[in-house]
Amino acid sequence: MGAEVFAFYLFALSTITGGLFTVLSRNPVHSVLWLILSFLSSAGLFILLGAEFVAMLLIIVYVGAVAVLFLFVVMMLDVDFASLKAEMSKYLPLGLLIVVILLMELAMGLAVWVPADGAQAARAAPTPIEFHNTAALGLLLYDKYFLLFQLAGLILLVAMIGAIVLTLRHRKDVKRQDILAQIYRDPDKSLSLKNVKPGQGL
Amino acid sequence: MVTLEHYLTVAAVLFVIGIFGLFLNRKNIIILLMSIELMLLSVNINLVAFSSFMNDLVGQIFTLFVLTVAAAEAAIGLAILVSFFRNRGTIAVEDVNVMKG
Repeated sequence: MGAEVFAFYLFALSTITGGLFTVLSRNPVHSVLWLILSFLSSAGLFILLGAEFVAMLLIIVYVGAVAVLFLFVVMMLDVDFASLKAEMSKYLPLGLLIVVILLMELAMGLAVWVPADGAQAARAAPTPIEFHNTAALGLLLYDKYFLLFQLAGLILLVAMIGAIVLTLRHRKDVKRQDILAQIYRDPDKSLSLKNVKPGQGL
Repeated sequence: MVTLEHYLTVAAVLFVIGIFGLFLNRKNIIILLMSIELMLLSVNINLVAFSSFMNDLVGQIFTLFVLTVAAAEAAIGLAILVSFFRNRGTIAVEDVNVMKG
Protein backbone atom coordinates (compact mmCIF):
# COMPACT_ATOMS: atom_id res chain seq x y z
CA MET A 1 0.00 0.00 0.00
CA GLY A 2 1.58 3.27 -1.11
CA ALA A 3 1.76 6.41 0.92
CA GLU A 4 -0.88 8.08 -1.26
CA VAL A 5 -3.40 5.32 -0.72
CA PHE A 6 -2.72 5.30 3.01
CA ALA A 7 -3.12 9.09 3.21
CA PHE A 8 -6.35 8.91 1.22
CA TYR A 9 -7.91 6.34 3.51
CA LEU A 10 -6.72 8.22 6.61
CA PHE A 11 -8.21 11.52 5.45
CA ALA A 12 -11.38 9.92 4.08
CA LEU A 13 -11.99 8.02 7.30
CA SER A 14 -11.45 11.07 9.50
CA THR A 15 -13.62 13.24 7.22
CA ILE A 16 -16.51 10.80 7.53
CA THR A 17 -15.95 10.22 11.24
CA GLY A 18 -15.89 13.96 11.84
CA GLY A 19 -19.11 14.42 9.86
CA LEU A 20 -20.86 11.59 11.66
CA PHE A 21 -19.97 12.81 15.14
CA THR A 22 -20.87 16.40 14.19
CA VAL A 23 -24.37 15.11 13.67
CA LEU A 24 -24.51 12.64 16.55
CA SER A 25 -22.70 14.55 19.29
CA ARG A 26 -24.80 15.57 22.29
CA ASN A 27 -22.78 18.67 23.12
CA PRO A 28 -22.82 21.35 20.38
CA VAL A 29 -19.29 22.46 21.27
CA HIS A 30 -18.10 18.92 20.54
CA SER A 31 -20.10 19.09 17.30
CA VAL A 32 -18.16 22.16 16.20
CA LEU A 33 -14.85 20.49 17.08
CA TRP A 34 -15.78 17.38 15.04
CA LEU A 35 -16.78 19.71 12.20
CA ILE A 36 -13.31 21.27 12.36
CA LEU A 37 -11.76 17.77 12.14
CA SER A 38 -13.92 17.07 9.09
CA PHE A 39 -12.86 20.32 7.40
CA LEU A 40 -9.18 19.77 8.14
CA SER A 41 -9.12 16.23 6.81
CA SER A 42 -11.01 17.18 3.67
CA ALA A 43 -8.36 19.87 3.18
CA GLY A 44 -5.93 16.92 3.27
CA LEU A 45 -8.01 15.20 0.58
CA PHE A 46 -7.80 18.35 -1.53
CA ILE A 47 -4.03 18.40 -1.20
CA LEU A 48 -3.95 14.77 -2.34
CA LEU A 49 -5.98 15.85 -5.36
CA GLY A 50 -3.44 18.54 -6.21
CA ALA A 51 -5.69 21.49 -5.29
CA GLU A 52 -3.44 23.19 -2.75
CA PHE A 53 -5.03 26.62 -3.00
CA VAL A 54 -8.54 25.36 -2.31
CA ALA A 55 -7.17 23.27 0.56
CA MET A 56 -5.53 26.28 2.19
CA LEU A 57 -8.68 28.32 1.58
CA LEU A 58 -10.73 25.60 3.25
CA ILE A 59 -8.53 25.76 6.33
CA ILE A 60 -8.51 29.58 6.44
CA VAL A 61 -12.17 30.22 5.61
CA TYR A 62 -13.91 27.20 7.10
CA VAL A 63 -11.77 26.41 10.11
CA GLY A 64 -10.57 29.95 10.74
CA ALA A 65 -13.81 31.82 10.19
CA VAL A 66 -16.94 29.70 9.87
CA ALA A 67 -16.17 27.09 12.53
CA VAL A 68 -14.98 29.74 14.97
CA LEU A 69 -18.18 31.70 14.26
CA PHE A 70 -20.18 28.60 15.12
CA LEU A 71 -18.13 28.14 18.27
CA PHE A 72 -18.76 31.76 19.30
CA VAL A 73 -22.51 31.47 18.79
CA VAL A 74 -22.73 28.14 20.60
CA MET A 75 -20.86 29.51 23.57
CA MET A 76 -22.59 32.92 23.52
CA LEU A 77 -26.17 31.67 23.52
CA ASP A 78 -27.34 30.26 26.79
CA VAL A 79 -29.43 27.47 25.33
CA ASP A 80 -30.65 24.38 27.13
CA PHE A 81 -29.33 21.89 24.61
CA ALA A 82 -30.39 18.86 26.62
CA SER A 83 -34.06 19.55 25.96
CA LEU A 84 -33.36 20.05 22.27
CA LYS A 85 -31.66 16.67 22.08
CA ALA A 86 -34.43 14.85 23.97
CA GLU A 87 -36.47 14.05 20.88
CA MET A 88 -33.49 12.94 18.85
CA SER A 89 -34.47 9.26 18.86
CA LYS A 90 -37.95 10.10 17.61
CA TYR A 91 -36.73 10.93 14.14
CA LEU A 92 -34.01 8.25 14.04
CA PRO A 93 -35.99 5.54 12.14
CA LEU A 94 -37.25 7.94 9.47
CA GLY A 95 -33.80 9.49 9.09
CA LEU A 96 -32.14 6.08 8.79
CA LEU A 97 -34.69 4.97 6.18
CA ILE A 98 -34.10 8.04 4.04
CA VAL A 99 -30.32 7.76 4.47
CA VAL A 100 -30.33 4.12 3.32
CA ILE A 101 -32.52 4.94 0.32
CA LEU A 102 -30.31 7.89 -0.66
CA LEU A 103 -27.13 5.83 -0.30
CA MET A 104 -28.59 3.07 -2.48
CA GLU A 105 -29.59 5.61 -5.12
CA LEU A 106 -26.16 7.21 -5.10
CA ALA A 107 -24.48 3.78 -5.27
CA MET A 108 -26.61 2.81 -8.25
CA GLY A 109 -25.72 6.09 -9.94
CA LEU A 110 -22.01 5.57 -9.26
CA ALA A 111 -22.08 1.94 -10.42
CA VAL A 112 -23.34 2.66 -13.92
CA TRP A 113 -21.58 6.00 -14.33
CA VAL A 114 -19.06 6.40 -17.17
CA PRO A 115 -17.62 9.65 -18.51
CA ALA A 116 -19.09 10.80 -21.81
CA ASP A 117 -17.05 10.38 -24.98
CA GLY A 118 -16.54 14.09 -25.60
CA ALA A 119 -15.79 14.94 -21.97
CA GLN A 120 -12.07 15.54 -22.48
CA ALA A 121 -12.73 17.79 -25.48
CA ALA A 122 -15.42 19.78 -23.66
CA ARG A 123 -13.13 21.00 -20.87
CA ALA A 124 -13.48 24.73 -20.26
CA ALA A 125 -9.99 25.38 -18.87
CA PRO A 126 -7.49 22.49 -19.12
CA THR A 127 -4.98 22.57 -16.27
CA PRO A 128 -1.77 24.19 -17.50
CA ILE A 129 1.34 22.15 -16.70
CA GLU A 130 3.78 25.06 -16.61
CA PHE A 131 2.24 26.82 -13.57
CA HIS A 132 1.58 25.55 -10.09
CA ASN A 133 -1.97 25.34 -8.82
CA THR A 134 -2.29 28.78 -7.20
CA ALA A 135 -0.82 30.66 -10.17
CA ALA A 136 -3.03 28.79 -12.63
CA LEU A 137 -6.14 29.50 -10.54
CA GLY A 138 -5.22 33.17 -10.28
CA LEU A 139 -4.68 33.50 -14.01
CA LEU A 140 -8.06 31.94 -14.66
CA LEU A 141 -9.94 33.76 -11.88
CA TYR A 142 -8.71 37.26 -12.67
CA ASP A 143 -9.13 36.80 -16.41
CA LYS A 144 -12.02 34.63 -17.46
CA TYR A 145 -14.09 34.71 -14.26
CA PHE A 146 -13.41 38.28 -13.16
CA LEU A 147 -17.07 39.32 -13.10
CA LEU A 148 -18.03 36.28 -11.03
CA PHE A 149 -15.15 37.07 -8.69
CA GLN A 150 -16.47 40.61 -8.18
CA LEU A 151 -19.97 39.23 -7.61
CA ALA A 152 -18.60 36.88 -4.95
CA GLY A 153 -17.14 39.93 -3.22
CA LEU A 154 -20.53 41.63 -3.45
CA ILE A 155 -22.18 38.58 -1.85
CA LEU A 156 -19.73 38.79 1.03
CA LEU A 157 -20.41 42.53 1.40
CA VAL A 158 -24.16 41.97 1.52
CA ALA A 159 -23.68 39.15 4.04
CA MET A 160 -21.52 41.39 6.21
CA ILE A 161 -24.00 44.28 6.15
CA GLY A 162 -26.88 41.88 6.77
CA ALA A 163 -25.20 40.26 9.74
CA ILE A 164 -24.38 43.65 11.27
CA VAL A 165 -27.90 45.00 10.73
CA LEU A 166 -29.46 41.86 12.18
CA THR A 167 -27.40 41.76 15.34
CA LEU A 168 -26.96 45.48 16.03
CA ARG A 169 -28.97 46.77 18.95
CA HIS A 170 -28.93 49.99 20.92
CA ARG A 171 -28.99 49.24 24.60
CA LYS A 172 -30.86 51.81 26.62
CA ASP A 173 -28.99 51.22 29.86
CA VAL A 174 -25.58 52.08 28.45
CA LYS A 175 -24.33 55.66 28.15
CA ARG A 176 -23.40 56.50 24.59
CA GLN A 177 -21.55 59.46 23.11
CA ASP A 178 -23.91 62.02 21.55
CA ILE A 179 -21.65 63.94 19.22
CA LEU A 180 -24.20 66.59 18.13
CA ALA A 181 -25.01 67.44 21.73
CA GLN A 182 -21.32 67.91 22.37
CA ILE A 183 -20.88 70.17 19.35
CA TYR A 184 -23.92 72.35 20.11
CA ARG A 185 -22.98 72.84 23.75
CA ASP A 186 -22.81 76.56 24.51
CA PRO A 187 -19.78 77.70 26.56
CA ASP A 188 -21.73 80.68 27.94
CA LYS A 189 -24.29 78.43 29.60
CA SER A 190 -21.91 75.88 30.97
CA LEU A 191 -19.15 78.20 32.20
CA SER A 192 -19.24 81.20 34.47
CA LEU A 193 -16.38 83.28 35.84
CA LYS A 194 -16.39 84.34 39.46
CA ASN A 195 -14.18 86.96 40.93
CA VAL A 196 -12.98 85.42 44.17
CA LYS A 197 -11.58 87.85 46.71
CA PRO A 198 -8.41 86.74 48.47
CA GLY A 199 -9.05 85.24 51.89
CA GLN A 200 -12.84 84.98 51.43
CA GLY A 201 -13.57 82.10 49.22
CA LEU A 202 -16.86 81.61 47.48
CA MET B 1 -4.49 3.30 -6.70
CA VAL B 2 -6.98 5.94 -5.63
CA THR B 3 -9.53 6.55 -8.35
CA LEU B 4 -12.21 9.17 -8.91
CA GLU B 5 -14.82 6.76 -7.58
CA HIS B 6 -13.11 6.68 -4.17
CA TYR B 7 -13.48 10.44 -3.80
CA LEU B 8 -17.05 10.36 -5.10
CA THR B 9 -17.89 7.70 -2.50
CA VAL B 10 -16.46 9.82 0.32
CA ALA B 11 -18.45 12.82 -0.91
CA ALA B 12 -21.64 10.79 -1.23
CA VAL B 13 -21.29 9.41 2.29
CA LEU B 14 -20.61 12.89 3.66
CA PHE B 15 -23.64 14.30 1.85
CA VAL B 16 -25.87 11.56 3.24
CA ILE B 17 -24.49 12.21 6.74
CA GLY B 18 -25.48 15.85 6.28
CA ILE B 19 -29.04 14.86 5.38
CA PHE B 20 -29.09 12.43 8.32
CA GLY B 21 -28.13 15.35 10.56
CA LEU B 22 -31.05 17.39 9.26
CA PHE B 23 -33.42 14.62 10.33
CA LEU B 24 -31.73 13.82 13.62
CA ASN B 25 -31.45 17.39 14.96
CA ARG B 26 -34.83 18.70 13.95
CA LYS B 27 -34.95 21.18 16.84
CA ASN B 28 -31.44 22.55 17.03
CA ILE B 29 -30.80 25.17 14.37
CA ILE B 30 -27.07 25.35 15.07
CA ILE B 31 -26.57 21.67 14.22
CA LEU B 32 -28.88 22.09 11.22
CA LEU B 33 -26.56 24.82 9.91
CA MET B 34 -23.56 22.56 10.54
CA SER B 35 -25.25 19.77 8.57
CA ILE B 36 -25.75 22.16 5.68
CA GLU B 37 -22.05 23.05 5.86
CA LEU B 38 -21.22 19.33 5.70
CA MET B 39 -23.35 18.91 2.59
CA LEU B 40 -21.68 21.91 0.92
CA LEU B 41 -18.29 20.42 1.83
CA SER B 42 -19.20 17.15 0.15
CA VAL B 43 -20.23 19.05 -2.98
CA ASN B 44 -16.84 20.79 -2.87
CA ILE B 45 -15.07 17.42 -2.63
CA ASN B 46 -16.99 16.27 -5.71
CA LEU B 47 -16.08 19.42 -7.65
CA VAL B 48 -12.38 19.26 -6.76
CA ALA B 49 -12.21 15.51 -7.47
CA PHE B 50 -13.69 15.94 -10.93
CA SER B 51 -11.48 18.98 -11.53
CA SER B 52 -8.38 16.99 -10.61
CA PHE B 53 -9.16 13.81 -12.54
CA MET B 54 -10.43 15.63 -15.64
CA ASN B 55 -7.56 18.16 -15.58
CA ASP B 56 -10.04 21.02 -15.76
CA LEU B 57 -9.47 23.97 -13.43
CA VAL B 58 -13.03 25.31 -13.62
CA GLY B 59 -14.12 22.88 -10.92
CA GLN B 60 -11.77 24.52 -8.45
CA ILE B 61 -12.97 27.99 -9.49
CA PHE B 62 -16.51 26.87 -8.79
CA THR B 63 -15.40 25.51 -5.43
CA LEU B 64 -14.22 29.01 -4.52
CA PHE B 65 -17.69 30.40 -5.22
CA VAL B 66 -19.41 27.62 -3.29
CA LEU B 67 -17.07 28.40 -0.40
CA THR B 68 -17.98 32.11 -0.58
CA VAL B 69 -21.69 31.43 -0.59
CA ALA B 70 -21.32 28.92 2.26
CA ALA B 71 -19.47 31.45 4.39
CA ALA B 72 -22.06 34.16 3.67
CA GLU B 73 -24.90 31.75 4.42
CA ALA B 74 -23.35 30.71 7.73
CA ALA B 75 -22.83 34.35 8.76
CA ILE B 76 -26.41 35.38 7.90
CA GLY B 77 -27.89 32.23 9.43
CA LEU B 78 -26.05 32.70 12.69
CA ALA B 79 -26.98 36.40 12.78
CA ILE B 80 -30.66 35.51 12.37
CA LEU B 81 -30.22 32.88 15.06
CA VAL B 82 -28.68 35.36 17.50
CA SER B 83 -31.39 37.99 16.97
CA PHE B 84 -34.09 35.31 17.21
CA PHE B 85 -32.62 34.04 20.47
CA ARG B 86 -32.57 37.59 21.86
CA ASN B 87 -36.26 38.04 21.10
CA ARG B 88 -37.61 34.62 22.05
CA GLY B 89 -35.07 33.08 24.40
CA THR B 90 -35.04 29.77 22.52
CA ILE B 91 -33.69 28.37 19.28
CA ALA B 92 -36.14 25.49 18.80
CA VAL B 93 -37.34 25.30 15.21
CA GLU B 94 -40.95 24.67 16.25
CA ASP B 95 -41.12 28.11 17.84
CA VAL B 96 -40.20 29.91 14.62
CA ASN B 97 -43.74 30.87 13.65
CA VAL B 98 -43.65 34.60 14.28
CA MET B 99 -44.55 35.42 10.70
CA LYS B 100 -47.26 32.74 10.57
CA GLY B 101 -45.80 31.44 7.31
